Amino acid sequence: MSSTSNSPTHHTSTIGAIGAPSRRNTELALLVFAVAIPVFAYANVGLAINSHVPAGLLEYGLGLGLLAGVAHLAVRKFAPYADPLLLPLATLLNGLGLVVIWRLDQSRLLQSLPHFAPSAPRQLLYTALGIAMFSAVLIFLKDHRVLQRYTYISMFCALVLLILPLVPGLGADIYGAKIWIRVPGLGSLQPGEFAKIVLAIFFAGYLMVKRDALALASRRFMGLYLPRGRDLGPILVVWAISILILVFETDLGTSLLFFGMFVIMLYVATERTSWIVFGLLMSAVGAVGVASFESHIQTRVNAWLNPMREYQLSRQITHDGVLHSDQLQQSLWAFGSGGTLGTGWGQGHSDLIKFAANSDFVFATFGEELGLAGIMAMLLIYGLIVERGLRTALAARDPFGKLLAVGLSGAFALQVFVVAGGVMGLIPLTGMTMPFLAYGGSSVLANWALIGILIRISDTARRPAPTPATNPDAEMTQVVRPS
Amino acid sequence: MNKPLRRIAIFCGLLVLALLIRDNYLQYVKADELAGQKDNRRVAIERYAHPRGDIIVDGNPITGSVESKSGDFKYRRTYKDGPMWAPVTGYSSQAFDANQLEKIEDGILTGNDDRLFFRNTLDMITGKPRQGGNVVTTLNAAAQKAAYDGLKSRGGKGAVVALEPSTGKILALASYPSYDPSSFSGNTNTDAKNWNKVQKKNDPADPTLNRALRETYPPGSTFKVVTAAAALENGLYKSADEKTNSPLPWIMPGTTTPLKNEGNIQCRDVSLREALRLSCNSVFGKVGSDLGNDKMLEEAKKFGFDAEQFTPVRSNASVFSDNMNKSQTALSSIGQYNTAATPLQMAMVASAVANDGKLMQPYMVDELQSPNVDPVEKTQPKELSRPLSPANAQILQGMMETVVKSGTGTKAQIPNVVVGGKTGTAQHGVANSANPYAWFISYAKLPDGSSPVAVAVVIEDESANRDDISGGGLAAPIAKNVMNAVINSKK
Repeated sequence: MSSTSNSPTHHTSTIGAIGAPSRRNTELALLVFAVAIPVFAYANVGLAINSHVPAGLLEYGLGLGLLAGVAHLAVRKFAPYADPLLLPLATLLNGLGLVVIWRLDQSRLLQSLPHFAPSAPRQLLYTALGIAMFSAVLIFLKDHRVLQRYTYISMFCALVLLILPLVPGLGADIYGAKIWIRVPGLGSLQPGEFAKIVLAIFFAGYLMVKRDALALASRRFMGLYLPRGRDLGPILVVWAISILILVFETDLGTSLLFFGMFVIMLYVATERTSWIVFGLLMSAVGAVGVASFESHIQTRVNAWLNPMREYQLSRQITHDGVLHSDQLQQSLWAFGSGGTLGTGWGQGHSDLIKFAANSDFVFATFGEELGLAGIMAMLLIYGLIVERGLRTALAARDPFGKLLAVGLSGAFALQVFVVAGGVMGLIPLTGMTMPFLAYGGSSVLANWALIGILIRISDTARRPAPTPATNPDAEMTQVVRPS
Repeated sequence: MNKPLRRIAIFCGLLVLALLIRDNYLQYVKADELAGQKDNRRVAIERYAHPRGDIIVDGNPITGSVESKSGDFKYRRTYKDGPMWAPVTGYSSQAFDANQLEKIEDGILTGNDDRLFFRNTLDMITGKPRQGGNVVTTLNAAAQKAAYDGLKSRGGKGAVVALEPSTGKILALASYPSYDPSSFSGNTNTDAKNWNKVQKKNDPADPTLNRALRETYPPGSTFKVVTAAAALENGLYKSADEKTNSPLPWIMPGTTTPLKNEGNIQCRDVSLREALRLSCNSVFGKVGSDLGNDKMLEEAKKFGFDAEQFTPVRSNASVFSDNMNKSQTALSSIGQYNTAATPLQMAMVASAVANDGKLMQPYMVDELQSPNVDPVEKTQPKELSRPLSPANAQILQGMMETVVKSGTGTKAQIPNVVVGGKTGTAQHGVANSANPYAWFISYAKLPDGSSPVAVAVVIEDESANRDDISGGGLAAPIAKNVMNAVINSKK
């Protein structure tokens, strides 16, 4: 496997990863920790809640270990030069998410709610499907550049996915946001999670072709390169679609995510700062414009500005036709009550959030039970995933790969920011979920696919170039060691 | 494309940084504020997560804790003889918060008090479960039982307060009708039903009112003790047996109305002793009128009027008005007009006389204990004021003892014990139409000269007919039983 790791020659003058070790053993070692930590956490929850080690500890440990092992073998076989951090980090988050979902399943308060069903077994199933998805990406996507062929099909798919929740009879309005579809026999799906990936493929393919036109044909004005009117077309279309999402699906998060991802990719493709300025202006205009007439957005913003008032309104009978929710205040209390070190696994009361405690608000449970220390660690893990994704983009040798990697990483970062910022009261709440931690099949599947694609790109980027051309300069200074 | 890419990397780093800063703000800067907000249910969950400490009388807990079967609050309060002790303990309810001692000493009882911090930290390190501390009261179980049973057997409304004159310790604090705080200490529908049942709007008898501390009644003739004290202290008369030079009928200054006495009693020119024995309105009205509003008010204030007492449970302030004309002062000096006193206040009056003129601050918490019964804080008796000189106090004692020996208070006599007292029958209602209140205040004195107990009893008896109500008939027997209980428990 690591035949190149102890390669005798070091082409120090060659940029890139030639002769670089594959790092698969590093990944394996990290994976052991990524599995062991959630297993300990699981035991800890059981001890805290029921005073004994949970009966399913062995099965859970073996299950998670097996899934991680399968993923690792898939990487070893099909992407041997991939980044060694992405898989362990995602596994760790997924494992901890499972622990917290199981922990919330034990809550008497949540059990007493109508429609309660244990979520952990299903999340474990979703995780298995996610790993299968991840492996499938590695097996069938031999080269990410293949995706370039599907640029316009991707666009079509993305639009269909985004429109699905609005189809009557299929879409489901959950707590005011229409971002779900109900598939009989399968449960609810969040097509937006998949649209994220498909759109990134479309943007990458489109921008790779159009970037020169968008970048070069421009006038300079007040230090900014202004694009020509007709080049504004694409950004206006994406902006319009985002606004439509905001208006019809009333979801600020998804809207922000897609527009932000497009602006990031546009900026990287064209290297023009003016796009960022335009993007910010347009999203500000769009958000404020829609918020001025969309009551659901207004409610979210009011709740964000004054969560305590919203909490009090939620406890009385109001006749303003608005569904008041105490969730944000409950979430803030969960974080605050956790303090610096947290209450410890299983000893918090984040179940007071009730609805969506294990999905949209799962981060609050981490906040309460692991405290500031735990949350900082989690945020740094997310940061690390994003930065590894961006590192992959830097190392990628083809523009399509670069754009796709930066798009996916950027979308991932925006999603983490929007969700974590929402539950911590930094920005208004949106209806998205914390990648890997939250309960939900769509989220788990889509994010494993996202990691799969990043690993595929990074494998290509880090793979040693086939038979590097000999560098005459290098040869002249080469030291010949007697062997 | 790498330059913008690096910038995006920095931008993503900034996003994470923003989250980190926000989290530090939330979980470090604002953590304590959020964790302590009263709407944060964790505060209540934590409050009921451990067995609450006990309130202790005579070495025995009168409270307890049991595990609730349902809900997220683990422990529920229980009370032994709840209705009897309710005026002392108050209630601690998961649904309806707490009051009185349960509220005031909540920190000790839950174990959250700062003074228990060191111990709690030790417990946390050694892994011992959190426990609450105890509140040791000054009360006397036998006296409390005598007081409560006495009120209960009468069946009307009423209150009893007994004090230890030398220290101010509250020995009995009973109010009737009462309520059982156990019945709504939980968080269920039954608790809510029981709570609503005892609220004033649903029960006109108002069982949750702590009459001993929070109800002021016109003190009637028992206030004459204060007036007599004012007369002696201001030198109006030098002794108890001096002629008071008072006419009968005595016309109130500025009016043409004579101040009437109850019944046909001989009050002309009698001594103070005789006037107190017979309860002459005309004599004490004139004393008050002669001394004037200011001097009467000054003496009343020395006895504790016009001030709330913190035992530590707050009592209402008793009233003696200011800016009255002479006839109003005369009426006030016989415990009518605006004069109103809590049972605690009248017990303080009797106790100050019994304690040779020294009024002690009444208190009911003797000691706060940590969970392992180490003392955290011990209450030291504190002098509140000196309404009487020792000599005048002894003169007044003689007068009050005459009342019990051969006056209106004979029903309070205890064999081999010197008892001093004063009856009262206070009129109230529009044109005095409602049934009057029956009062009795008294103290007992042991052969060694020490006084172990002073009592005030008030009964508002709506079922008895008007003639029957007199302090001597209704209230004195209860006072006698309470004093007896204290004396017997000292043996």
